[in-house]
Amino acid sequence: MKIIADAGRCIGAGQCVMAADSVFDQSPATGEVMLLAARVPADEVDAVLEAVSTCPTGALSTAED
Amino acid sequence: MTTETTRESHPARDTADEPRPIPLTRSCPFAPPAELTALREREPLSRIANPDGTTGWLVTDHALARKVLGDPRFSARQELMSSPLTARRAEPAMPGGFLFMDPPQHTRYRKLLTGQFTVRRMRRLEARVEEVTERQLSLLRAQGKGADLVEHFALPVPSLMICELLGVPYEDHEFFQSRAVAIFRLVQDPEESGAAYAALRTYLLDLVRRRRGEPADDILSDLVTGSDLTDDELIGMALLLLLAGHETTANMLAMATFALLSHPGQLTLLREDPSLIGGAVEELLRYLSIMHVGLPRAALEDVELADRVIAQGDTVTVSVAAANHDPRKFGPADGLDITRSATGHVAFGHGIHQCLGQQLARIEMRIGINGLLREFPGLRLDVPVCEVPVRSDMGVFGVHRLPVTW
Ligand code: SF4
Repeated sequence: MKIIADAGRCIGAGQCVMAADSVFDQSPATGEVMLLAARVPADEVDAVLEAVSTCPTGALSTAED
Repeated sequence: MTTETTRESHPARDTADEPRPIPLTRSCPFAPPAELTALREREPLSRIANPDGTTGWLVTDHALARKVLGDPRFSARQELMSSPLTARRAEPAMPGGFLFMDPPQHTRYRKLLTGQFTVRRMRRLEARVEEVTERQLSLLRAQGKGADLVEHFALPVPSLMICELLGVPYEDHEFFQSRAVAIFRLVQDPEESGAAYAALRTYLLDLVRRRRGEPADDILSDLVTGSDLTDDELIGMALLLLLAGHETTANMLAMATFALLSHPGQLTLLREDPSLIGGAVEELLRYLSIMHVGLPRAALEDVELADRVIAQGDTVTVSVAAANHDPRKFGPADGLDITRSATGHVAFGHGIHQCLGQQLARIEMRIGINGLLREFPGLRLDVPVCEVPVRSDMGVFGVHRLPVTW
């Protein structure tokens, strides 16, 4: 599974980092989402799906490879 | 099908239910008003009567709440809205007051701040929150038994933190806390709130000027030196952070303590296993939902929602409390259960206005609640539950005082 992050929609609320901090980080300057991994690690699938569903702006999505 | 025909195709339905004023009275301080629960079952998008004579809408279900708050066709500009509480229409947001703006204005201001509130930056602040909490806990103890938890703990901790981050001298807290009370009244006296705003603006203008001359290590100095914001914009942003940083977390800390002390089973669980605190905080945020009127939005165009049409110009109020108690999302949601997964609650809102300071609030609550339970093993209410004065008269729900003993 791939992760897609649309930084243009991100408002830096950090829900994604809370859900999976090995996959998501935020830019220290702008707070915008940054991906630490392009693919979802097997043991983080649930956490990443939680990030996708709790992101307040719909900035995150996943796609099958 | 055009929206016009949709609106005309439901005339019977739209007149059948007489719009009534928004339900606000809580019978239990912890649960949303019973009428809201009834409405959610019957009609999750229902019509309400506003004091200005218009008909507005009330959303009581979780999925619809997220839809409205995440939809750019609904505006946060307060001058476009009818209030469910007063016939007076609000003024347009002051410069910098981005909570009441839409993109692109909102985006410009918020982006200047988001870097300051990232999860990692807030985690680095934990040690400082610990220190402030410890100090405040010993001051609470020094009151002797029978102290007010709001005055000696719940208010000072977030107040000290936001003052320090923003760069506002904490010595002045009595000045701005008393002004904040006038601003957060549910139904404001225009003269009193006008005077409170004016006093705060004068105070902040002086501070902005001082930071221009002599920048320090705080958010206000960063904004002064690192952006092209005007004095008016800086004051507006500072005012927003100062007010938001005070009332919300302070009331959550006090209400969370009140709720735990009134739910001994949950209290014991958390005392025995402090590592439950992360989930407990999310559950307390969900359960207590202190934005008790809700979040209002104005429709910028006709919007079809739940088989109805919200006409352009109509105000929709999203009941955060009702949405957070929706059993379709959270299961039997009326009880406090610190072991439940409360993820996805809308206590911090949803969409582009979702709370900027939420990570700080979470840290303050985690450290504050666990510290309180650890340092005061015998903590209990000093008055019967129904004698705790609740803030039904304020925009942010909570308690005016929480008399405790130990
Ligand atoms: S949860 Fe969404 S809005 Fe928040 S930081 Fe992550 S991507 Fe951005």
